[in-house]
Parts: sequence; C-alpha cells; structure tokens
Amino acid sequence: MKRSGALLLVPLAVLLSGCDLVVLSPAGDVAVQQRDLLVASTLLMLLIIVPVMALTVLFAWRYRQSSTTATYTPDWDHSTKLELVIWAAPLLVIICLGALTWLGTHLLDPYRRIDRIEPGQPVTQNHKPLKVEVVALDWKWLFIYPDYGIASVNELAAPVNQPIDFRITSSTVMNSFYIPALAGQIYAMPAMETKLHAVINRPGTYTGFSANYSGAGFSGMRFAFHGLSDQAFGEWVTQAKSAQGTLSRETYLELERPSENEPVRHYASVDPDLYGAILNLCVERGKMCMNEMMSIDAKGGLGLAGVRNTLPLQYDELSRRGAVFGNDPAYVASICTAEEAAASSRAARDTDAKYWPVRDLSPLRGAGLLGPGTGTRRADAEAPSLGLLRLEL
Amino acid sequence: MPESLTKFIFGRLTLESLPLHEPIVVVTFIVVALGGLAVLGAITYFKLWGYLWREWFTSVDHKKIGVMYMALGLVMLLRGFSDAIMMRLQQAIAFNGSEGYLNAHHYDQIFTAHGVIMIFFVAMPFVTGLMNFVVPLQIGARDVSFPFLNNFSFWMTVGGAILVMASLFVGEFARTGWLAYPPLSGIDYSPDVGVDYYIWALQVAGVGTTLSGINLICTIIKMRAPGMTMMRMPIFTWTSLCTNVLIVASFPVLTAVLTLLALDRYVGTNFFTNDFGGNPMMYVNLIWIWGHPEVYILILPLFGVFSEVTSTFSGKRLFGYTSMVYATVVITILSYLVWLHHFFTMGSGASVNSFFGITTMIISIPTGAKMFNWLFTMYRGRIRFELPMMWTLAFMLTFVVGGMTGVLLAVPPADFVLHNSLFLIAHFHNVIIGGVLFGLFAGIAYWWPKAFGFRLDPFWGKVSFWCWVLGFWFAFMPLYILGLMGVTRRMRVFDDPSLQIWFVIAAFGAVLIAGGIAAFLVQIFVSIRRREALADHTGDPWDGRTLEWSTSSPPPAYNFAFTPVIRDNDAWFDMKRAGYRRPLSGFKPIHMPKNTGTGVILAALSVALGFGLIWYMWWLAALSFVCLIATAIGHTFNYHRDFDIPAAEVAQTEEARTTLLAAQG
Repeated sequence: MKRSGALLLVPLAVLLSGCDLVVLSPAGDVAVQQRDLLVASTLLMLLIIVPVMALTVLFAWRYRQSSTTATYTPDWDHSTKLELVIWAAPLLVIICLGALTWLGTHLLDPYRRIDRIEPGQPVTQNHKPLKVEVVALDWKWLFIYPDYGIASVNELAAPVNQPIDFRITSSTVMNSFYIPALAGQIYAMPAMETKLHAVINRPGTYTGFSANYSGAGFSGMRFAFHGLSDQAFGEWVTQAKSAQGTLSRETYLELERPSENEPVRHYASVDPDLYGAILNLCVERGKMCMNEMMSIDAKGGLGLAGVRNTLPLQYDELSRRGAVFGNDPAYVASICTAEEAAASSRAARDTDAKYWPVRDLSPLRGAGLLGPGTGTRRADAEAPSLGLLRLEL
Repeated sequence: MPESLTKFIFGRLTLESLPLHEPIVVVTFIVVALGGLAVLGAITYFKLWGYLWREWFTSVDHKKIGVMYMALGLVMLLRGFSDAIMMRLQQAIAFNGSEGYLNAHHYDQIFTAHGVIMIFFVAMPFVTGLMNFVVPLQIGARDVSFPFLNNFSFWMTVGGAILVMASLFVGEFARTGWLAYPPLSGIDYSPDVGVDYYIWALQVAGVGTTLSGINLICTIIKMRAPGMTMMRMPIFTWTSLCTNVLIVASFPVLTAVLTLLALDRYVGTNFFTNDFGGNPMMYVNLIWIWGHPEVYILILPLFGVFSEVTSTFSGKRLFGYTSMVYATVVITILSYLVWLHHFFTMGSGASVNSFFGITTMIISIPTGAKMFNWLFTMYRGRIRFELPMMWTLAFMLTFVVGGMTGVLLAVPPADFVLHNSLFLIAHFHNVIIGGVLFGLFAGIAYWWPKAFGFRLDPFWGKVSFWCWVLGFWFAFMPLYILGLMGVTRRMRVFDDPSLQIWFVIAAFGAVLIAGGIAAFLVQIFVSIRRREALADHTGDPWDGRTLEWSTSSPPPAYNFAFTPVIRDNDAWFDMKRAGYRRPLSGFKPIHMPKNTGTGVILAALSVALGFGLIWYMWWLAALSFVCLIATAIGHTFNYHRDFDIPAAEVAQTEEARTTLLAAQG
C-alpha cells in the first residue's frame, strides 16, 4: 500500500517541481511565519489523521466478511477506556493547536507593527516604515505614497528589509488586498480602513491581486509588486515624480470610474487629502465627510435640520440608481460650501471680532473618535470635524 | 399600446431582458424546452396527469414527499453540475490571452448559481427528503406531525427552484457570489434583477425549509413509538433532530438578513449601504450566523446515515452510542460559535480571531470522536462491502483530509494566506462531496429497497462510485495545489501559463464526476428495468437493525399496522432476536390525513408573488399576495382533512404481505 502510494507520488512530484508554490516559499518575513504556522499545524494534525486513515483501511480489510480468522463480537459496543482515548487524543492535539493559534494570531495580527525584519534582526529606530495608502477601485489598485507625494496605479514598489505600513480602503465594493509573497491578505472595504504591516526580504517582482470577488473586471485586478534595493527604490520614486499626471480630486473621480485591465500609471503629485476624502466618501466637493458626520452626531447631531440636509446624487459611479420605492439617490451635503465658508471667514476678519463668536477649533472628543495625536495623518493635523473646512480657508 | 401601460403590465421586463444575445443560453433553452415538452407530452400521452396529481403532487404521505424531494434534488444536481463543468472548462482554457468562451456577465452568474443551487436546491432537498422518508419509519410513526405542512414545505422548495431556473431564461441571475455580499449586491452596484431573483428564490424556499424543520422536530419529539426514549432513538433520528433544531434556529436569521437586503433594494433603507450609516460588515456577520450552522445542517444527517450503515454492514451494534449522541449535540451547539472564521480577514482583532479559530478547532474533537466510533464499530465486525458501505469507507478516507484542511483554515494566520483561494474551494468541496454527497449516495443505496421494493443495480452503482471517488480526487487535489500557488477563487482569465496543467487535470476530474452522475442515472434506469430480478419481498434486505426494516417494502400508506413497542435502541434487531411474530389478525381502522392541493396552489402563488416583485409588476405581486392570504385562510375552513382506512383494507394489505413472506420461505 505504502509503496504503491509512493510510486503514485512520483509524477506528482515532477509536476510540482515545475510550479511555484508561493504560499509555501514566500519572500516576506510575515508570510514566512504564516507559512511556518501552516506547516506546523498540518504536521500536528497528521498525528491523528494518518493513524485514522491507516486504521480505516486495516479494519476494513481485517474484518471483511470473507475473513474466517477474524474475531466477531456483534454485541460489543462500549469500552470506557477506548472512549477516553477517543475523546482525549483529539483534545490533546487541539490544546496544542489552540495554544499555537492564540500565539500566532496575536503575533501575526496584521494591525500590529512588525518587530523584526527577519529572524534575528529586530526592527530598530533606524527602520523608518514606508507608508502606503491602498485604494481598491473598480477594477484596479491605486497606491498613494504620502511621504513622497506620489501615486501609482496597478504597480507597487517597496525597498527590501524596510517595514511597510499599509492603510487600505476601497472606493465602492469589498475587495481583498493580497500579495502572497509578502504577507496574508486583508479586506479592502469602502468607508472603512484596514491595516497591514509587512516587510519584503528578497528583491524581485511579485504578484498582487484582489482576493475577493468584486464584479465584472475582477480577474484583471492584478498588479506587480516590486521588492527593490534602496537605490532602485529611489530611482523608482524619481521616475514616478517625473511622470506627467497629478492626482487631484477631479482626476481621481475620472480614475474611479469602472475600467478593466488598466495599464500601470504614475502620478507625480497627489492631493494630500485625497485618501482621507476617499475613506470618508467625500471626494465630490460639497459632500459631507463621514468623519464630520460622526463628529456632529457625537456632539448631539443637527436634529431635524439634518434630515433635510441632503442633495441629489450628482455623479453616477456605475449605473447607480435608487431603490424603486425609496427616495432619489442622495448624499449628505456639507453644511456650507467651501466658498461660503471662505466668505464667512473673510467677513469675520473684516468685521469687529466681538460680533462673531470665536469658533472652537479644539479637537472633538467622544466615543469612537481618535484622540489627538494618536490617529492617522489627517487626524494628527486637524480636528476631524473641521479638517476640510480649515483647509479650504 | 402606450408605453406606460406596457410598463404597468410588464414592469421592467422587456424583450431585451431575454438573453437572446447569449448563444449558450439560447441553445440551453432550446434543449431544456424540447426535453420539457417531451416529458409533458409523455405524461399527457400516457394520461398520467391525474395519477401524478392525486397520488404524488397532493400527497401528504411523508414517504412520497420524501421521494419527491429526492427527485427535485436530482434534477437540480444536473443543473448545478452543468454550471460546475462550464466553470472548469472556462478556467482550463482561459490562458495565454484567451478570454475562454464565457464573458464576465455570464461566468459571474454561473459561479453564483452553482453555489446557490448546490446548497439550497440540491443538498437541502436531498437531506430533507432523506429525513422525511426515514425518520417517521424509524420511530414507528404513521406520518409526520403536520402532514399538510410537509406537502406545503416541499412545494415552497420547488417554488424557489423554479424562480432560480426562470432566471436562466428570463433576465439574469445574481453576479455576486453565492452569499451576495453587499455593497456589491446592493441596488447601487447590482441594479438589475439578478439579486432580486436570488432574494426571492431563497425567501420562498426558506419558508419551506423552516416549516419542514418545525414539522420534523415535532414529529421526533411527540410521535415516537412507546418505549422509544430519547436514548433509544436510532442515531439517524438523533442527527435529524439536531439538524432540524439548527434549521429552526438559523433559517429565520437568513430570512431576516435577506429581508433587510430587500428593503435596501426596494425602499431605499440603508442597512448595508456604504453611506448613510449602513454597514455591509453586519450583513457578512448575519449571513454567516446562518451560513455556518447551515453546513452542519447538511452534514449531520449524513453522519447519521454513516452510523446506520456502518452498524448494519458490520453486523454489530454501533460502538459508543451515547458518546455519538453527545458528540452530535455538542456539534449542534458549537456550530453557532464559529461563524466569524469565514472572514478572519475582515480585520477583527487578534483576540476575536483567536476565539473563533479555537472554537472552530474544538468542533473537530466531537467530529474526531465520531470518526473513531465508526472505526470501532467496524472493529471485530463482519463487514459486507455492499454499496452503502463502500460509500462510507470512501467518506472516512476522504472526509478526514477535508477535516484537516478545515482545521488548518481555522488558524487565522494560515487563513490569511489561504482565504478565498482555491485551497478553500478544495476544502469545502472535500467535506461537502466527501461527506454530504457520499453520505447521500450511501443513504440512497441503503434505503432505496425500502422505498421501492427492489435494490439498486450494484454494477452501475460501483461504476458510479469509482467515477465519483476518483473524479473527486482528480478535480480537487489540483485545487489544493493551486491554492498554495496563491490562485484565488472566481477568476475568469489567467495570465500565468504554468497554472494551466492543474486546471486541465481538475477539468478531467469534473468529466469523471460527470461519468459518475451518468452512471447513477443509468443505475436507476437499469434497476427499474430489472426490478423483478432485484426485488426484495422481505422488507429487510440488509439484515437491518432499526424499525423501518420491520415493515414491508415499500411500506403501506399507514407504515405500521400496529404501533411497535421498543425495548432497545436497535429495535428491529432486538425484535428479530426475541423471535418477533407479525400479528396476523385483530386489525383496526387506521386514521389517516387526506391529500390536499392547497400546498401546490400556495407555492404557485408564492412564485407569482416573487416574480412580480422581481420584475416590478406590482399588480401581479399585489394580486398574488391577496390570493395567497385568501387561500391560506380558506384552507382553514377545509374540515375534510382525514379519513379512516377500513380494518378490512388493512387486513387485506397485511395478508398480501404474509403471502409474500411465506413465499420467501
């Protein structure tokens, strides 16, 4: 049995040698640790699985009807000792596996900053993480490098042995951001932000893609991930900076429209507030950002006035339309337009200050809101409720 | 006709809604239409309509309803498998710049329909059918608690299936994946009728499933023969009880979550939209709070089948009956504590993920105990390798692999690299084919003689068996490997040519499985042709151990002329050993429920209601809804619901059996 099984494995081994089992031989330290856990769990379970399979075959053969030598005990149906073994053996394996799971899950939590570049090389002060903001669009990927002010479509590059901090969101529907060689996947969801921390150890070009079906162009939602040396990464940034386009809110709204199999594209500069606006569903001007909405609600809301503070939806992302019996598609309007805000601000400057109440610009606090200085880049800079308003001023 | 009138009558249904531009669908339609016409013509020619209506469609006999459920499952299996083989072909050829033969619009419907059909309209009818047929016989009852409800449940399931089938030719089906996650399934990103077909088909079928669950729970709790305590119930009845508890507790969640999605789509609420406070993550949680118990709803009854089969064909009492019962109950409870493992990658914290990962692993302990119990039932037995036992052995060797990969996926960091990959696809096909389907085939081969009075042809059964088993390994082992190569699910085209060989092997496996299905159909056909040679007049062809084998095959309408009294959990084996003699006189009239066509009518109206809602034909929806309510109320005034089988007729039926048994010697 065993020998014939081994013979069967030969053609399988030949086939397997020709393919790249990237999940089992990744190039990033996080994925390597995930691989190790996968292999360890499998071996642990084989401790039970192999004996069960062997016993199945053995018993089936040994106690076949035609066998004349085998014992037959038709009424034997209980044995406390055996029952103990039956329940205890899987229990022991699961206790080990459970411990492994608890440790592994916390250690490899994608939200947790990585603490080592590779085995034996901890992350130090000298490792400045590369920040990348990832947006899943219909059906392509947008990568924004806030520290460099550049962006690219369907191409991601990172220097080797440097921690990467991904902030991930989506423009319309759910996707999953996955580069098998680098680290496990995490969902990209509209109006929500997920995080991933990883590092790439070997230079090379790897494949990244969406691992959650998102509509017609899903199959083409693939991108190249380049692990580059520091120097090569510098060159890549320079090259991106010399690209033609700039990514403003307007060009983003163009880019956001559904399209398939987009070629690689770079943007030399990016509106620094774009990612926050995408995340808060307010790239279109005049739309109230979700974080503003939440801040207002946390302070008690706008009351009945808020109910009417909606405007017809102007931009139709797919063939977006409202429910048949519902209201027309709408969005919450920002309380004032940028122009009105600027005008009132000018008026305040021109008039005597005492007629205008001093606006409280201190950060809003409340359950669910980030405390000052602890949040994302934008939250650091401004109070969430007034961020955009102040920028317009 | 003015446009507004057309719009009023037909809603959003126009000529363009018919997929005339898709040649594959058109050809399918022609084939299905011709086949359908042939069947209808044959029924008319042989004047079978009256017979079918009186003896089957309106029947409240749990055995006939069980058989009809199985027939529905088989028909839908053909549809679901066509989808599967189309996907395998597309993925095997869509390389090197080739787009394959399916465009995204068509392909995305196919994988959605495949999942929906296989779970809701193949596995569920098969499982429900098996429980319906076997449970009352196993507990010595004459029917289920609510016979009319049983008929109604069946027709509602058919109604859901009709809506899904209609979507193939009128409009389109959802392009969202089988669980229709919003926001993709919301009105913003799926404005067409596909998701509406999905919602209403599942809502209509869901009514049937929930009611059938209630019915079977009541039957098992209230209608057991005297002496059958809970701990003397056959193990299949135990697993059925647990399954139906799961159904009753989880299907309302599905109904609720689909209702919320329907509200989002129809009246503009914002439960699962991106903005206005909606939260799609809530949908994902809710649907899996139904979805995970659902997989146990499917597998538990089959665990029962394997227990019965192993015990019968090893000629031994089931090893560890008590621990088997507790294992089943523990699985039932734990199945509610694991739903989050379907989306570890959504970004829950490490502690939440570990909790759900570990609860998932804990389920493998009772499942492992079950596996050992079957092993030790075989130990020191006398194993007869008849078809049901072959399926059981194939299950034991296949299922453990699927169980292992399942526990592997329950380790969150491992799931991060394997989630949504073809490894996951291979895993759940490994447990659903290796567990549910193999179990169904074991169950069908085991109880077929009980249902029809003759065995299934063993030769074609073995052909089907080997095609299925080998086909399964060829079709899904490559998917495990592709998953480890980082290939994700639901892809339509590929750019890495090194993957192609694995997809070709998988497609070959699918062809083998097609052979298995064909051989199964041939087996049924051949067995019916050879029914005289394969006939079993004893009612107990396998030397069975539970009550259903004590009555004739097929059982009379009233199942048991006298309600048996139970002293042991292998009741029939105990009776045989104690020298049981059939009573030959003293028959009394038997009180039985009467057939009714109300179930068919209610289900037909539900289909019309669903169709009206899908196409925005409000007059149709309103009209059928009013009729639905009126019919339901009207039915409560039907006082002619029962009749008595006269004692003379019972005596005559039993006399015929006595003659048959005497002829056996």
